[in-house]
Amino acid sequence: MKVKTLLLMVCLAAAANVVHAANLTLLNVSYDPTRELYADINRAFAAQWKAQHGDNVTVQMSHAGSGKQARAVVDGLPADVVTLALAYDIDAIADRGLLSKDWQQELPDHSSPYTSTIVFLVRKGNPRNIKDWPDLIKPGVQVITPNPKTSGGARWNFLAAWGYALQLPGGNEAKAREFVKALYRHVPVLDAGARAATNTFVQRGMGDVLIAWESEALLAQQEFGKGAFEMVVPSVSILAEPPVAVVDANAARHGNAAVAKAYLEFLYTPQAQAIGAKHFYRPRLAAAAQTSGVHFPAVKTFTIRQWFGDWRQAHAKFFADGAVFDQIGPGH
Amino acid sequence: MNATTIPLRQPRRSRRVLHLALILCAVGFMGLFLILPLATVFVEALRKGLPMYLDAIAQPGSLSAMRLTLWVAAVAVPLNIVFGIAAAWSMTHFRFPGKALLGALIDLPFSVSPVIAGLIYVLLFGAQGWFGPWLEAHGIRIIFTATALVLATMFITLPFIARELIPLMQAQGSDEEEAARVLGAGGWQMFFRVTLPKIRWALLYGVLLCNARAMGEFGAVSVVSGMIRGLTTTMPLEVEMRYNEYDHVGAFAVASLLAMLGLVTLGAKTFLEWRHRGELAAHAPGSH
Repeated sequence: MKVKTLLLMVCLAAAANVVHAANLTLLNVSYDPTRELYADINRAFAAQWKAQHGDNVTVQMSHAGSGKQARAVVDGLPADVVTLALAYDIDAIADRGLLSKDWQQELPDHSSPYTSTIVFLVRKGNPRNIKDWPDLIKPGVQVITPNPKTSGGARWNFLAAWGYALQLPGGNEAKAREFVKALYRHVPVLDAGARAATNTFVQRGMGDVLIAWESEALLAQQEFGKGAFEMVVPSVSILAEPPVAVVDANAARHGNAAVAKAYLEFLYTPQAQAIGAKHFYRPRLAAAAQTSGVHFPAVKTFTIRQWFGDWRQAHAKFFADGAVFDQIGPGH
Repeated sequence: MNATTIPLRQPRRSRRVLHLALILCAVGFMGLFLILPLATVFVEALRKGLPMYLDAIAQPGSLSAMRLTLWVAAVAVPLNIVFGIAAAWSMTHFRFPGKALLGALIDLPFSVSPVIAGLIYVLLFGAQGWFGPWLEAHGIRIIFTATALVLATMFITLPFIARELIPLMQAQGSDEEEAARVLGAGGWQMFFRVTLPKIRWALLYGVLLCNARAMGEFGAVSVVSGMIRGLTTTMPLEVEMRYNEYDHVGAFAVASLLAMLGLVTLGAKTFLEWRHRGELAAHAPGSH
């Protein structure tokens, strides 16, 4: 009898334990340059969730070019959350009914917990003396930027260049088109993703200037030593707002709706904002930038809403099949 | 045939020089294009010392990638053995309408880019694909799982075994099989006692080639993988991911493991050839 009771108690205790420490798995489908960022965020979130709820959360990551990732989620990659480079890629997923079309209202700041901007990375001593956008189209300068068809970062690069030409005194559509067309004549290779373009510039030594996410430029400086590369902030650039969203249909199917939402809300906490700043993403909380010790240079930015409406409009005008990029991209 | 029986027109010295030049040329090419890059992989992997190298290999990402790679090969290769033998048998022993078409289809994976092979599976089994809605309704996921990796790998490696076997089986004909049948052997008995021993060397080469390609395939699996680390990344994908993460040592460490798997395969082939060299000489084409 006693043995039986004991066994029963052990079984019950084991069962209770299972109930208390569930193992949750989230899949975060993200774009290329966020690998280091989310490795840290995931650790911090798992610790917080464990402390608050007792469950173990494992966040699995998938990284590739933003457009490719959106396509993969549409094709069935079971993402609970997407953290992509630009809103249009999440719009594309919403168009398939996997999340609400007004997903951008779900979280603060247009669902972008951190921002970045587009800057230049040049080689030691800035031998080509590149200071601002017009220097990119000086004779003989080679510019590295990825392919806007597949890379989110490349689209921000494109719009930053276009917006620069547009905001100049006397700037207009025709002049912006001329400037960007001239710019792509200086591009020898179009990589598929932002990180691949960084590798082309940094490790393969191609090109005189890399147009990059500020976070990529600062990271490359850190990885390869401050002396090897210099970051150049142009006179004006775009405020890049990489968005995040819960893929409702998938999260509900996996029973992850609550933890997925908590995961994204966690990104706005001071702790996560400081992690973001440490990885060179501009936090929404100004205090977090200070605690991280990273110096974000002052830069004059415009938003996508200022010049281009929203991402759907920008996509249709510039990046859809047969749109502006196809008319003026390399080879034209 | 003996070299001394060939009448010599050229003076000996210039022949020597020619020999030497050719050998140097071949060895130089091998060194430049095969050995040097292979050595680079190991040098780069060990650049920061053995502890860092072992650390990079011991990371969960590397280990799961290795497990997945071996698992994919372990499923894809046996299935391709069955297919390869069946296809080679029907190509060489039967006459049927569409035989030429079958021959052409076996070669299809050689002529189609691996990326397209991956896309075909996405278009068939993806959520927006032909069978996607049905699969989803039944809770079956293929794309972005290990199953998709196996399918893509099978497609890519399909011709290797069949292409090794077909010329040999054609040359051998089916006299011995017919004799076995006349003497009363059953179908399986004939296959295991007569056919398999005749084709085993070609089959072995086919399996080794197939295995090497299965472990090394990048393009097709990268399309259907979804790149979920620890779940759907094989070793070649892991190498690319590490490289993209500025983890230079890690990328080359995983690459060196992959290279070693290839070298083990090559070593196994050489060893078997050496063990059975007498038998091989007896079976060499033109020996009967």
